[in-house]
Amino acid sequence: MATITRKSVNVVIVGGGWAGSIMAKELTEAGQHVVMLERGAERSTAVDGAYPTSLDELEGNFRFKIFQKLQKTTVTIRNNITQTALPYRQLAAFLPGEGVGGAGLHWSGVHLRIAPDDLAMRSTVIAKYGKSFIPDGMNLQDYGVTYAELEPFFDKAEKVFGTSGEAYTVNGKIVGKGNAFAPDRSDDFPLPPLKDVTGAHLFRKAAEAVGYHPYSIPAANASRQYTNTYGAQMGPCNFCGYCSGYACYMYSKASPNVNILPALRNNPLFEIRPNATVLHVNLDSTKSRATGVTYLDDKGDKIIQPAELVILAAFQFNNVHLMLVSGIGSPYDPVANTGVVGRNFVYQNISTTTAWMDPSVYTNQFIGTGGGGVAFDDFNSENFDHGPLGFIGGSPVWVNQAGVKAIAAAKAGGPPGTPRWGSAWKSEMIDTYTHAVRMDAHGSNMAYRDVFLDLDPTWKDAFGRPLLRMTFDWKENDIRMNRYVVGKIEAVTKAMGARRTHLGMKEFGQPFDTRFYQTTHLGGGAVMGDDPKSSALNRYLQCWDVSNVFVIGSNAFPQGTGYNPTGMVAALAYWSAHHIRMTYLKNPGPLVPV
Amino acid sequence: MPSSPLPRRLLLQTLAGATALTTCTYIARRSQAAPPEIRYEPAFFTQEEWRFLHAACDRLIPQDVYGPSAIELGVPEFIDRQMETPYAYGALWYMQGPHITGPANLGYQLIYTPRDIYRYGISGACDLCRQMHNTEFADLDPATRDSFLRELESGEHQFGDLPASTFFGHLLGNTQEGAFSDPIHGGNKGLGGWAMTGFPGARADFMDWVDQYGKQYPLGSVSISGETI
Repeated sequence: MATITRKSVNVVIVGGGWAGSIMAKELTEAGQHVVMLERGAERSTAVDGAYPTSLDELEGNFRFKIFQKLQKTTVTIRNNITQTALPYRQLAAFLPGEGVGGAGLHWSGVHLRIAPDDLAMRSTVIAKYGKSFIPDGMNLQDYGVTYAELEPFFDKAEKVFGTSGEAYTVNGKIVGKGNAFAPDRSDDFPLPPLKDVTGAHLFRKAAEAVGYHPYSIPAANASRQYTNTYGAQMGPCNFCGYCSGYACYMYSKASPNVNILPALRNNPLFEIRPNATVLHVNLDSTKSRATGVTYLDDKGDKIIQPAELVILAAFQFNNVHLMLVSGIGSPYDPVANTGVVGRNFVYQNISTTTAWMDPSVYTNQFIGTGGGGVAFDDFNSENFDHGPLGFIGGSPVWVNQAGVKAIAAAKAGGPPGTPRWGSAWKSEMIDTYTHAVRMDAHGSNMAYRDVFLDLDPTWKDAFGRPLLRMTFDWKENDIRMNRYVVGKIEAVTKAMGARRTHLGMKEFGQPFDTRFYQTTHLGGGAVMGDDPKSSALNRYLQCWDVSNVFVIGSNAFPQGTGYNPTGMVAALAYWSAHHIRMTYLKNPGPLVPV
Repeated sequence: MPSSPLPRRLLLQTLAGATALTTCTYIARRSQAAPPEIRYEPAFFTQEEWRFLHAACDRLIPQDVYGPSAIELGVPEFIDRQMETPYAYGALWYMQGPHITGPANLGYQLIYTPRDIYRYGISGACDLCRQMHNTEFADLDPATRDSFLRELESGEHQFGDLPASTFFGHLLGNTQEGAFSDPIHGGNKGLGGWAMTGFPGARADFMDWVDQYGKQYPLGSVSISGETI
């Protein structure tokens, strides 16, 4: 194993997903020589999404073909500070990606913006309900950036992703039947909304009848053929149902591999190195400046890659891990309540409700598109009065049928409490798969003083680094929010004419369970903000302590929102890149005085 | 656009023409051929384990009015073939020690790979069955096999440090995977699992049926290799 020092470059980017690809595109446009390091293999839709071989549910969803394999590295998890955290040995609760495209290759495509109140949740809650409304131990914070500031970058990202949707207002004028709670837009969606599948159609009619405000979920699944800002072409989605976990053989689902990297690969300023595992960011003796990164290549050689600017664009918790093992910023200590790296670790608070329709109604759950569907936001964000309810946060509610395939249907089985095997299981499972509609309350998760990330004292990865340790559990505030919103779904399933409904709710006292898939929407741990005492990054996602390191991803969210993170991550990437291009490159240094 | 849609279109044209014919061929072939489990020689499982596996899978997915059994669907062959994949050697899992037992909600913490889980699990289950029923599991009548499987599923039995319920969970999960995955992996023979659930397999084009609200999808299933029903 040799140690080799490569020629210095302007920018090194860690991670080949959405955040890294956006930063690479923006910074090469600014004339920077960019090297992208991706720990996983090279991936392309032509190979990984080939028809029909890629349409293999066993390999795609149950052998995790394009997800991270945990053999070399994972995290440890515990529910509270008194427990011994244990390794997350088998993929289940959340499914990080690996390989070129990152989680942006296997994602589904839900492409939302953000509720403006969510960006200033602390200020909003205090203004509306007073400071005492915030429960003890909840670290409610503002992002330090406004929707008006981010709007051009949401717009830019949608035009790159080829997002399908229906606007409510554009430049203050009502233009369509989009989300009535959505903030104003400077332009319409690049593509019209996708069609509703049966379940979404029934849900839309029923939600409307109940008095809610249903809308088509904005989806980075092309409803028509589309050529994006970078000349990348997308084909119209045919609702094949192989979105989540697959490399979309139709080239309909936006991915870094289809929508951005083709515009970079022939650029002499850009180089992508797959199979490059970054071990740490190198700092100079003052610990306030990065000199580059050290990585292992596929031959096992240790490569030192000097760079003027380091962009961490790995998955949320990998960014935090890299900061901790590199000594960037002060690690969070929940007991002393000091430090920031690892602070405000959040998840997403999801539960699924099932409605069984009349046996004459076939819901064809195998028909699906990853980002499409129908949602209502009446109980999301600050769209409803929390005063009498006494909790903070909310959930959009939606039918987002990404395509349920046969193994998943078999494992999901019938209604809770019915047998898991034998003839009774077959009967219930077939009935459920054939006639049921599933809907999610896709809720926010607040940040708490004793929910955080740090380094595990016992377990190590294959490279000798301590694993990242998650200390996480559901809290009363979030369980109450979930139960309140799910309770509101019952009227909808009644209006749908369901013959049977199971309201999926979080239960008090039930700990976070790592064995069951919930969502891969992890957030926080290296959050953005205006105060270096409560945020690791400033409002431009620049490290307060090491100004030539920017950290892009959902790690920047100070608390969870009800929305999927990718839309916000993409907008933050463009926002950060814009300020690097406009200000930082001309005069490298802190963009916000410390 | 990249080139992948073209071969797909050709394939579908071929399939569309062949659907009706293939359905007849399927019935004829099924009636003439020997059951697949007799032809298949397991590479991983011993004869004793193979017998247990058949007897258990046959109850997890029994033959009934809803459709074929796990045996008819070739599930034991599927599981045996899976035992030679990276998954079965634990290559998808973090296997580094120390291995410490903790609360169930923090997940699997044992040293065993799926191969180990089958080896120790079947051996433990066979021993337990002899203790409880004084006979081999495969020789029990179906109702007694069911009650024994329920013991494994929710009882407190341990095979050394391997909980019987952990073994049962793997067996059930793999059985369902075998019955409903693409036949390229050795199970779902004749696409019988998909026929039972109405899943169209690799057909993967529903542009024409998205907004046919509530109507049953009219076409049968297609596998990766082009088999149809």
